[in-house]
Amino acid sequence: MPVEKPDIQVDLKKYDFKDPERYVYKAPRGLSRRIVEEISHIKGEPDWMRELRLKAYEHFIRRPLPTWGADLSGINFDEITYYIRPTDRQARSWDEVPEYIKQTFERLGIPEAERKFLAGVGAQYESEVVYHSIREDLAKQGVIFTDMDTAVREYPDLVKEYFGTVVPYTDNKFAALNTAVWSGGSFVYVPKGVKVDIPLQAYFRINAAAMGQFERTLIIVEEGASVHYIEGCTAPIYSEDSLHSAVVEIIAKPHSHVRYTTIQNWSTNVYNLVTKRSVAYEGAFVEWVDGNLGSKVTMKYPGIILKGPRARGEVLSIAYAGDGQHQDTGAKIIHMAPETTSRIVSKSISKGTGRASYRGLLRVMKGAKNVKANVQCDALLLNEESRTDTYPYIEIEEEDVTIGHEATVGRVGEDQIFYLQSRGIPEAEALTMIVMGFIEPFTKELPLEYAVELNRLIQLEMEGSVG
Amino acid sequence: MADLVIRDLRVAVDDREILKGVNLEVNRGEFHAVMGPNGSGKSTLAMTLMGHPKYEVVGGEVLFKGENILEMSPDERAKLGLFLAFQYPMEIEGVALAQFLWSAIKARSDNPDALKGKALLDFRKDLEKALEVVKLPPEFADRYLNVNFSGGEKKRTEIAQLLTLRPEIAILDETDSGLDIDSVRIVAEAVKSLKGPDFGALIITHYQRILNYLEPDYVHVMVDGRIVKSGGPELAHMLEEKGYDWILQEVGVA
Repeated sequence: MPVEKPDIQVDLKKYDFKDPERYVYKAPRGLSRRIVEEISHIKGEPDWMRELRLKAYEHFIRRPLPTWGADLSGINFDEITYYIRPTDRQARSWDEVPEYIKQTFERLGIPEAERKFLAGVGAQYESEVVYHSIREDLAKQGVIFTDMDTAVREYPDLVKEYFGTVVPYTDNKFAALNTAVWSGGSFVYVPKGVKVDIPLQAYFRINAAAMGQFERTLIIVEEGASVHYIEGCTAPIYSEDSLHSAVVEIIAKPHSHVRYTTIQNWSTNVYNLVTKRSVAYEGAFVEWVDGNLGSKVTMKYPGIILKGPRARGEVLSIAYAGDGQHQDTGAKIIHMAPETTSRIVSKSISKGTGRASYRGLLRVMKGAKNVKANVQCDALLLNEESRTDTYPYIEIEEEDVTIGHEATVGRVGEDQIFYLQSRGIPEAEALTMIVMGFIEPFTKELPLEYAVELNRLIQLEMEGSVG
Repeated sequence: MADLVIRDLRVAVDDREILKGVNLEVNRGEFHAVMGPNGSGKSTLAMTLMGHPKYEVVGGEVLFKGENILEMSPDERAKLGLFLAFQYPMEIEGVALAQFLWSAIKARSDNPDALKGKALLDFRKDLEKALEVVKLPPEFADRYLNVNFSGGEKKRTEIAQLLTLRPEIAILDETDSGLDIDSVRIVAEAVKSLKGPDFGALIITHYQRILNYLEPDYVHVMVDGRIVKSGGPELAHMLEEKGYDWILQEVGVA
């Protein structure tokens, strides 16, 4: 029976535009000790940071690529540009941002979003943060929201105390690389008892081809304080692959609450290899809300170390793997103290030749009694050739624990589509509806603007899946 | 010409012919019952009329309001005014009943952009009223479609959808199966209340029970992929009393 192919009107071009390159400084391709020193020199850093970078560089050189996870053999470290400085100085008011960069972010909806509902905004273009602002009343309460480079200069004691304590450079090859060449990223400090009621946001944009972006984010939330941080990432499509390798460290002091939301929509030629980890002290609550739609390859396993009694951790993630994409994502939770609880909810969608893998570690250490942990991973396959794998690692060294684990794999059935169609909903819309319904537990945790944007992105991705 | 005309319809599933030449005409304002033993092809008829891709039409035609609907997708058929109350309604995680039906209403509209504000409020009222008619609490509007509904709740939700979407011809595929007596009465009375010059139904069932409430104008008996006998309501009573054997003998299948 011939059925007309449904047609969805979408704007595929929204993120795929390129600015001409007009940079103040662009490092030559490839990485050397000299380039690491050069980056540190341009930034005018203290000795301790330069030495840390160099140690990390040595470690990066020696450390082999991981042999597990996604295929990283396509990364050519010699072809990557590790540092680009787009402007001389950072703007505090939007008017000061160079016109071409301003246009880029305005096309992406920044700072429109800031005007609407955000407490503060940071925008990073290539290696440097080009714009930063924070709501005045928050600044008055002692909340710091700035870029990492500024933090090294203006808050050296805080940075020195916490930098690299949650993710040391020896953690993995990409953490070492980030520590060696990091630039930009956010620094957030929330003083004791201060509750930041609306989200802080950062926006990351890669523009140049074969660029490496290595932002470094450090969030310190003091006792009883709370904050929600959101980041979004995009890049245009080039024929050469780019590398995004960030490190995020969160320190959640007793009874604090931190939520970190990511909507990653890198173009499909970006290797996205990110280490995100937090440590939660007594009674603290840390949430990672992590959405991965873009990139060629993503390896990311947001981690929570539950260090104090009654600390709570949640990782809620979705991964969308379209044609040629591999999303190797998951979570890492370590229970070190009694009565700590954790929950992992992971949902993945594979379309066409896309591959989504869930890789998770749940560890309960000796002495962590009365632990409760629950892991749920659900995969949805849209086509015959789509693929999903699950690698759940559970290490329990304590007897008095309650662990739940559930994994499901489903396909969108002809019968489900038919059911929705029988009420008048066209096939493509029916499929989108089922996919959106599948990730609804994730979407409902997002601020409205992000939920709407995610809905639009999924709709766009669904185009051409039927007919 | 009748509103729904089925002519010599032949349908195969996995290369096996199930319907072997069905002829039937249904008008708005009429209730038709199709009865028959298990495996006679009743549900195949329902799924084919709505356009399930698994059911391959190998011959014949189906005209709805003068248009050949066999060339249309299921959503186009729905937009034209056809409705199927499923024997086994699907569960859809994360999609609320109200959200689903509102999307359907927009998709069926020629001017979906005009549907907002008051139209949305009216829809919400219609849906809550429909749920009340089938004796479901209003919270069902915001529950995920059929997820964790009992069998009876699913069937009632189908009828609430029917009441909200207001089709011209509805096909009820064994809506009564698995329902207790009270539920059968509730859903039957809800459908009966729609009967009029703008609404007709094709009621597929095994049992006389639902027909006591619906009072069909015509009863058809389907055996082995064909309608072998048609008559008035009295035919249903005879089937209830004597079973199908005498018909099977009469048409020489037994």
